Amino acid sequence: MSTGIEESSTLALGEINKYDFRTDSPAIFKARRGIDATIVSQISEMKGEPAWMRDFRLKSLDIFNSKPMPHWGGRIGIDFQEIFYYLKPAEQQGKTWEEVPDAIKKTFDRLGIPEAERKFLSGVKAQFESEVVYGSLQEDLAKKGVIFTDTDTAIREHSDLLREYFGKIISPTDNKFAALNSAVWSGGSFIYVPKGVKIEFPLQAYFRINAESMGQFERTLIIVDEGASVHYVEGCTAPMYSTESLHSAVVEIVVKRGGRCRYTTIQNWANNIYNLVTKRAMAYGDSMMEWIDGNLGSHLTMKYPAVYMMEPGARGEILSIAFASAGQHQDAGAKLVHAAPHTSGRIVSKSISKNGGRASYRGLVKVEPGAKKSKSSVVCDALILDDKSRSDTYPYIEIEEQDVSIGHEASVSKIGEEQLFYLMSRGLSEAEASTMIVGGFIEPLVKELPMEYAVEMNKLIQLQMEGSVG
Amino acid sequence: MTHAAKETLVISNLHVSVEGQEILKGVDLEIGRGEIHALMGPNGSGKSTLGYAIMGHPSYEVTAGTIELVDADGTRHDILAMEPDQRARAGLFLAFQRPMSIPGVRLADFLRHAVTNVRNPDRKEGHELMPMREFRTELKNKMGELSMDTEFARRYVNDGFSGGEMKRAEILQLAMLRPKFAILDETDSGLDADAVRLASESIARIGGAEMGILIITHHEQLLEHNIPLRTHVMLGGKIVESGGPDLAAELHKRGYERIRAAYPEAAAAEKVMEESARAVSV
Repeated sequence: MSTGIEESSTLALGEINKYDFRTDSPAIFKARRGIDATIVSQISEMKGEPAWMRDFRLKSLDIFNSKPMPHWGGRIGIDFQEIFYYLKPAEQQGKTWEEVPDAIKKTFDRLGIPEAERKFLSGVKAQFESEVVYGSLQEDLAKKGVIFTDTDTAIREHSDLLREYFGKIISPTDNKFAALNSAVWSGGSFIYVPKGVKIEFPLQAYFRINAESMGQFERTLIIVDEGASVHYVEGCTAPMYSTESLHSAVVEIVVKRGGRCRYTTIQNWANNIYNLVTKRAMAYGDSMMEWIDGNLGSHLTMKYPAVYMMEPGARGEILSIAFASAGQHQDAGAKLVHAAPHTSGRIVSKSISKNGGRASYRGLVKVEPGAKKSKSSVVCDALILDDKSRSDTYPYIEIEEQDVSIGHEASVSKIGEEQLFYLMSRGLSEAEASTMIVGGFIEPLVKELPMEYAVEMNKLIQLQMEGSVG
Repeated sequence: MTHAAKETLVISNLHVSVEGQEILKGVDLEIGRGEIHALMGPNGSGKSTLGYAIMGHPSYEVTAGTIELVDADGTRHDILAMEPDQRARAGLFLAFQRPMSIPGVRLADFLRHAVTNVRNPDRKEGHELMPMREFRTELKNKMGELSMDTEFARRYVNDGFSGGEMKRAEILQLAMLRPKFAILDETDSGLDADAVRLASESIARIGGAEMGILIITHHEQLLEHNIPLRTHVMLGGKIVESGGPDLAAELHKRGYERIRAAYPEAAAAEKVMEESARAVSV
C-alpha cells in the first residue's frame, strides 16, 4: 500500500487511471495546459466578458499565486500547470457511448437514469435536451420574475444584479481554491427569486441546457429576496466523470429578510478527482438557510458549507453525509457564524468509512461579540465498517460572547457483531445486513432529500456496499 | 429410526465454548416439527447459549458434537456448516431475549427482506423483494391477529422499544417467518402477567403441526397455552432430566434443589461456571 503523497502525485496528471477514459478529440479552440495571466485573459476574451470581470479574474490570479497550499485537511497533490482550465463545450464531446466503461453503465442501470441523461452525464453529449422536458416549467418561472440561467449568460443579461453580489460573499482572498475559481471560473447557475415568490418544486441544475453547468470550476450565485423561497438541487447521484482531476467550485448565496433557501448536493465523483469547493451563505433577519450535502467518491473532498447569520432571527442548518471507501478521503464538515443576536444553527454530520477509506468531520461554530442568545448544536456521528478504515473529528468552537448556548455531541461506532448477527439470524446475508445498518445510520438525513434523490441515494449506498464483505 | 417419520432438529453431544470457557458440556436434544419442548434451569446453566449455538452466533464456538436437520426421508443437513442467514433460510428461528436495536431501519422494511429471503432461500442480494402489496396485506393481517397497531411496523427496529414491545416484535417476526423450528429465549422475561398471557396465546396461535418449538423459560405461565410434550432441565451445561408437564410444575413450585441434589456432578460444574463468571465480571 503506497502512501497518500505518492498516490496523489500520480493522480494529479489529469487522467483517469481506473477507468482509462481518454479523449483525443480534435481541438477547435483549446486552451493549453497550465495557468498564467495570458490564459486567464484568454478565457475572459473567449467569453466576451466586460472589463470588470477580466480584471476580477486577473486580480484573483495574483491572489491564487500568492497563497500557499492549505496545510490542513487532506494531502493535495495537484500540479497546477498540468491542468486545462477552460475547454469549450464542443471539446467536451467526442466520446462515444461504447467508450464509457461498463462499471459506469452498470451504475446508470442500477440508478435508473434516463437514456438522455446518461449520455450527458458520461460526457458523450455536451448538450442535454432539457428544453423539451422542462421548457414549460421555465416559462412558468419566468412569469414570476425568477431568473434561472447559467452564470455566463447572467453576466450579459443581468449584469447589475450579478455584479452587486458576485465575489462579495466569498472573496477571492478567502482561500487558495476560491481564488483559483475566481480566476478561471466557467458555468454554474445564477438564480434570482424576487420578493415573496415561493418556488414549490426543487430547481435542478439539469433543467438547464448547458454542459458547462457541471464544469470543473463552476460558479453559482443564488439571491433569495425578502420572503422568497427556493430549493436548489445540484448534481445528481449518478457518477460524475471528468477527464480533469480537479473540481473547484464556488457557491455564493444571499438569503434576505424572511427568505428561505435549501441547497442540496449529492455528488458521486470518480476516484481520481480532487473536489475542493467553497460554499457560503449570508442569512439575514428571520431567514433560513439549509445546506444538505452528500459526498461520495473522489480522491479527496474538502468542503465545509457555511452559513453566516448576519441579523437577528437568522437560522442556519447544515446536514452532511460523507462516504469514504478505498483510496478516498472525505474531509467534510460545516461552518456556522453567529454574527448577530438571537440566531440559531444546527450541524448534523454523518460519515461512513469502509475498505480503508478515511472520513473526517471538520467544523467551526463561531459566535461573534454581541451575538447574545445565540444557539447552536453540533451532532456528528461516524460509522466505521472495518479495521482498515478511519474516522476523525475536528470540531472548532470560538465563542466571544457569554450569553449563548452551544452543544456538541460526537459518536464513533463500528458495525456491531451483535447487530449483524441479529439481522443474519433473520435470513439477511452479511452484505445485506451491513447495507441495512448503513442505510439506517444515514436515514435521518436521507429522509430530508426529495423523494427521487432519497431513492437514488439508497441505491447508491447499496452499490457502494456491494462486495465490501467477504 | 423407530418413531414416525417427520422433520426433526437433532442435537447430539453438543459442546460449546465462549472465549475459551466451556459452557455446554454435551447436550442431546431432539425436536420434531409440531412438538413443543420446554427448557428450564437456573440462570447461567447454558440455556441461552444453546439458542445462540443453534443459530450460529460467531462468539459461540462449537468444540464437539453436531446439530442437524433431518428430513422426513432421513436426509441429514449439517447446520453447523451454515452461516446464520443460511440457518434462517433452512427454517430455524431464534426469538432473542434481548433483541438488538437497528436505528433508522423500519421494522416493516427489515421484515420484508427477511421474509423474502426465508421464503426464497436461493435469493441473491439485490434480487427482487416480495411484492409490496402482498407483503403489506400479510403484515397487516398478522398484526391484527396479534392485536398490534400497524403503525408499530413503521418504527425503527427495537429502537426505543419497551421490553414488552421488543418481545412482541419478536413474536411478530416469528409469525411472519413461520420457521420449521423456533427457539424462544425467555420471551416472557420482563413482561407483566397480562403480557405473558398474551404472548402465550400468540405463540399457541402461530405454532401448530408445522412448527417445532423450544421454549426457554423460568415460568410456567408461558406454557399455559403451549403444553410441552417434554420438559428438559439444564444444569451446569447439560440436560440432566427430561419429563412431562408435571416436571415444569414441580420446578416452578419447588425450585432446583432436588435437581442439584440428584445431579451433584452438574451442580459442581454450575458452581465452577458461576465463579469464573464472577471473576470475569470483576
